[in-house]
Amino acid sequence: MSKKIRAAIIGPGNIGTDLLMKAMRSEVIEPVWMVGVDPDSPGLARARDMGVKTTCDGVDGLVPHMREDNIQICFDATSAYVHADNSRKVNAEGAVMVDLTPAAIGPFCVPPVNLQDAVAAKAMNVNMVTCGGQATIPMVAAVSRVQTVTYGEIVATVSSRSVGPGTRKNIDEFTRTTAKGVELIGGAQQGKAIIVINPAEPPLIMRDTIHCLTADEPDQEAITRSVHEMVAEVQKYVPGYTLKNGPTFDGKRVSIYMEVAGLGDFLPRYAGNLDIMTAAGLRTAEMYAEEILAGRFVPAAA
Amino acid sequence: MNLQGRKIQVHDMSLRDGMHPKQHQITVQQMVDIAVAMDEAGIPLIEVTHGDGLGGASVNYGFPAASDQEYLTAVCKAVKKTKVSALLLPGIGTVDHLKMAVDCGISTIRVATHCTEADVSEQHISMASQISGLDTVGFLMMAHMIPAEELVIQLKLMESYGANCVYITDSAGYMLPDDVTERIALARAELKPETELGFHGHHNLGMGIANSLAAVDAGANRIDGSLAGLGAGAGNTPLEVFLAVCDRMGVETGVDLFKAMDVAEDLIVPLMDHMVRVDRDSLTLGWAGVYSSFLLFAKRSAAKHGLSARDILVELGRRRTVGGQEDMIEDLAMDMARERKSA
Repeated sequence: MSKKIRAAIIGPGNIGTDLLMKAMRSEVIEPVWMVGVDPDSPGLARARDMGVKTTCDGVDGLVPHMREDNIQICFDATSAYVHADNSRKVNAEGAVMVDLTPAAIGPFCVPPVNLQDAVAAKAMNVNMVTCGGQATIPMVAAVSRVQTVTYGEIVATVSSRSVGPGTRKNIDEFTRTTAKGVELIGGAQQGKAIIVINPAEPPLIMRDTIHCLTADEPDQEAITRSVHEMVAEVQKYVPGYTLKNGPTFDGKRVSIYMEVAGLGDFLPRYAGNLDIMTAAGLRTAEMYAEEILAGRFVPAAA
Repeated sequence: MNLQGRKIQVHDMSLRDGMHPKQHQITVQQMVDIAVAMDEAGIPLIEVTHGDGLGGASVNYGFPAASDQEYLTAVCKAVKKTKVSALLLPGIGTVDHLKMAVDCGISTIRVATHCTEADVSEQHISMASQISGLDTVGFLMMAHMIPAEELVIQLKLMESYGANCVYITDSAGYMLPDDVTERIALARAELKPETELGFHGHHNLGMGIANSLAAVDAGANRIDGSLAGLGAGAGNTPLEVFLAVCDRMGVETGVDLFKAMDVAEDLIVPLMDHMVRVDRDSLTLGWAGVYSSFLLFAKRSAAKHGLSARDILVELGRRRTVGGQEDMIEDLAMDMARERKSA
């Protein structure tokens, strides 16, 4: 077996468990620890069943073991409120933090668009934006790498069952952070994000619509090619990332209609919004792991 | 039905819901002229916002003729007695928009969610309820889609976040009077006595007046309507008609009926791009239970792809789409056009 980089997952909820299942299949990441705060957590029990060490004492329960277990990458799948604390503690032990919460204290990372930049910058904390951002920013970038996008707007429609209490309590964070990601990573001069929650049963598969307004007449052929190439890039880690319609062109407006089905590891297939987060988080960690294995990056406490 | 002596507050929607049939192109001057005339007619509360609420300016819903800030600033300055409200849909607008609207001088904020998703309004309702003197209203849309018992659970969530008034909203114009009676009556029984209760109707089945009367009878004290019915789909409950009926039944609204009729006839009707009325497509909204502002989007996509708007609307109803999913309409139309071709 080739050498793997050892990792810990903080947060044994739905996201953390799905991430664990994906990480178990990774060729370069070995999940070693699952960190929770509740001794009766079903997520910790599941992790133990999968052969992973667990602690119910939060990050403080993990820290004393990080050096001896050579943990070089941590994932935070808890909440924005505790993330900064978690990140500081694991960084101090020389591990890179991949942030799946909306805290966004590190640079945004959308793998097919700017993962290489984040890794090249050797950032010790990278943030995965939002689920809507992961699903749509690659498409904005696919247009903006062809020509100037003055305005990028995304509409994410997700099933009610796939929206957790944290997101519900602070839905503004979703719209603000996603809009910022559309600008900073998507490359639109101005970004706008809308989220719609639909309670239909059976639950609907995540849908995303992306509208870009271009500065000049859109080069239809180049944009269409760029969009298809970008879809193929995302499909490498989210096979259910599907272009349903478009790109369509109306004057200077480019519209792209996507559907995002998950792999159905722990989260149901319709929750493509959650799957794309865990898949993007793992993809990011794998890229770091490859750099570490190749000797090009040695994560260390600042 | 005996409503003699009941006092209610009517709330005009022409300058918010009425933005839908106008594709959000009502000008600031038109808004000011109408608001001043409504003020003179004694209409106590009017709503002024993009049709899809604060922050609705978008490719998805349409870019308006002016910004929410421009509309609200101008109208709030122009009116004397009439108060102004703004609508906010979490997921589209944020608390930043809410603060902006308060700074413009609104007296009422209405925070709207789909009928099953009240918990996304906690952030906005709790913030609004802490602003001194701000009338804070929770607004549950597409309320026909769940039974009364489930609806009341959601209304109580909004009440618990700090809403002093909650609304049952028939966004699709699907409800029949008994549906309204059941929902309002149960809400009235379960909510705190001091929490006000409102009903917002659409006239897609021609039930705007009947449903609003049923709501008052069952315990609602705020009723939405719009003069000449200027609103999404077949319009809102036509307010001047409702006012006339209230007058006949001895319900006190404090509005001058003839002046309201004149605003409807002289200012609103001439503004319309098309007659807002029950026709084949708006009737389909009510029959199929579809969000009223989908109407013009379905008509446009139908024309573009050689389809029938009715077919598109019926399919949107079958898929149980909710408010805000305007982007689904063109996507669905493209799918339908492709299927027709290959069939």
